[in-house]
Amino acid sequence: MLAILLKDLRIELRTKETLAALLLLGLLILVVLSFAFDPMSPLREAAAPGVLWVAVVFAGTLGMNRSLLRERDNDCLQGLLLAPVDRGAIFLAKALANFLFMAAAQVVLVPLFVFFFNLPLVTTVTRLAPVVLLGLLGFAAVGTMFAAVSLRTRAREVMLPLLMLPLAAPLIIAGIQASTALLAGAPLAAVAHWLNLLAAFDAVFLVVGWLAFEYVVEE
Amino acid sequence: MRSPDLTDRILPPAVIAIMLAALYLVFVRVPTDAFQGPVQRIFYVHMAMWLSTFTAFAIVGVASLLYLVKRTPHWDHLGRAAAELGLLFCTLGLATGSIWAKPIWNTWWTWDPRLTLTLILWMIYAAYLLLRSLANEPQQGATLAAILGVSGVVDLYLINRAVYWWRSIHPAVIVDRQGGTGLADPLMRATLIVTMLAFFLVFLWLLRLRLRAARLQDAVDDLRAELA
Repeated sequence: MLAILLKDLRIELRTKETLAALLLLGLLILVVLSFAFDPMSPLREAAAPGVLWVAVVFAGTLGMNRSLLRERDNDCLQGLLLAPVDRGAIFLAKALANFLFMAAAQVVLVPLFVFFFNLPLVTTVTRLAPVVLLGLLGFAAVGTMFAAVSLRTRAREVMLPLLMLPLAAPLIIAGIQASTALLAGAPLAAVAHWLNLLAAFDAVFLVVGWLAFEYVVEE
Repeated sequence: MRSPDLTDRILPPAVIAIMLAALYLVFVRVPTDAFQGPVQRIFYVHMAMWLSTFTAFAIVGVASLLYLVKRTPHWDHLGRAAAELGLLFCTLGLATGSIWAKPIWNTWWTWDPRLTLTLILWMIYAAYLLLRSLANEPQQGATLAAILGVSGVVDLYLINRAVYWWRSIHPAVIVDRQGGTGLADPLMRATLIVTMLAFFLVFLWLLRLRLRAARLQDAVDDLRAELA
């Protein structure tokens, strides 16, 4: 499992293509969504956490599609499946790699978000970190599983968001709500129920993915 | 396929009879609601949709799990048939609900937790059916759809919590949630029960027909493969 994770990280370090794509796309979504709000309106501040999460979700969706597509080229997936490892372990390694890529992208994306929305840097970053990390973990779990599912269909680029986003609805709601409350100055305890929900989502889809991945990849 | 003839002989006339009774009760017999007026009559049909919808989605979850464990085509047919019908009844439920909400709540749609939950479920099962038709091979599509079916059920509790907390934080657009549930007259309650039964029987009948169609389709495919 560690080997697969390291392999993915090494590929990424050498090509940097997923990370670059994630970052640029995230930035683009931040900018495009900013057009939707009058820069002078107080509405903009209220919508800021939503904008961040939309950027995270859509950039992440495309990144995860890539991570599994890479295995399909040159029949790498075949090779992985022939290796004497548990299918669940392949899933966990892939999900963890996707989580790390998205987290790395956030390291740049969140400061950019702070920059565009004129927020205090240190407090925003420290306050959002637990919510974003928990959200990304669950998103990586459900995304990796359904990226593997959509790999087996026609029109796979369209299939991934269609399959994943309705299931990820609780995660998106919890992430946006917790971020909004935290940015408005609420203490961490006030959003504990959202964080619990995120943690539960992470646990559920890591387990479901771990158990179901075998069925997804079988020929 | 245990004794399909007997049920097939009894079910259709029973459905027709009870549906006629339900229509008679809803449109002729039941008193008009004092506050809401005639539009309240759609409520009986609306409620009836939900019983079938949620039964159908529960069947999808159970059938998906059993298909993953047992790998017999029967469970796959059942999951697919239930998903199609669940989506149909869910769509009708949303539509009748909107028609009722427009005069009563003065809006077609609100982000009420129940509405939000239903809309998300609708999207999950729409994706379920799309996944089946877009899979590279039908066999694979069945497995993949079953995984989605199980995930949907597992996710249900989380979606439910999320939408309820979400709406409890925001001010509700419509404060008055009383409408429609206060069935004062015993005849209203009787009408509701008969209508729910009528639509539930329609659901069961359609489910049987759909299952038979799926089985026949399988048989045709087998024969075609034999000939080829």
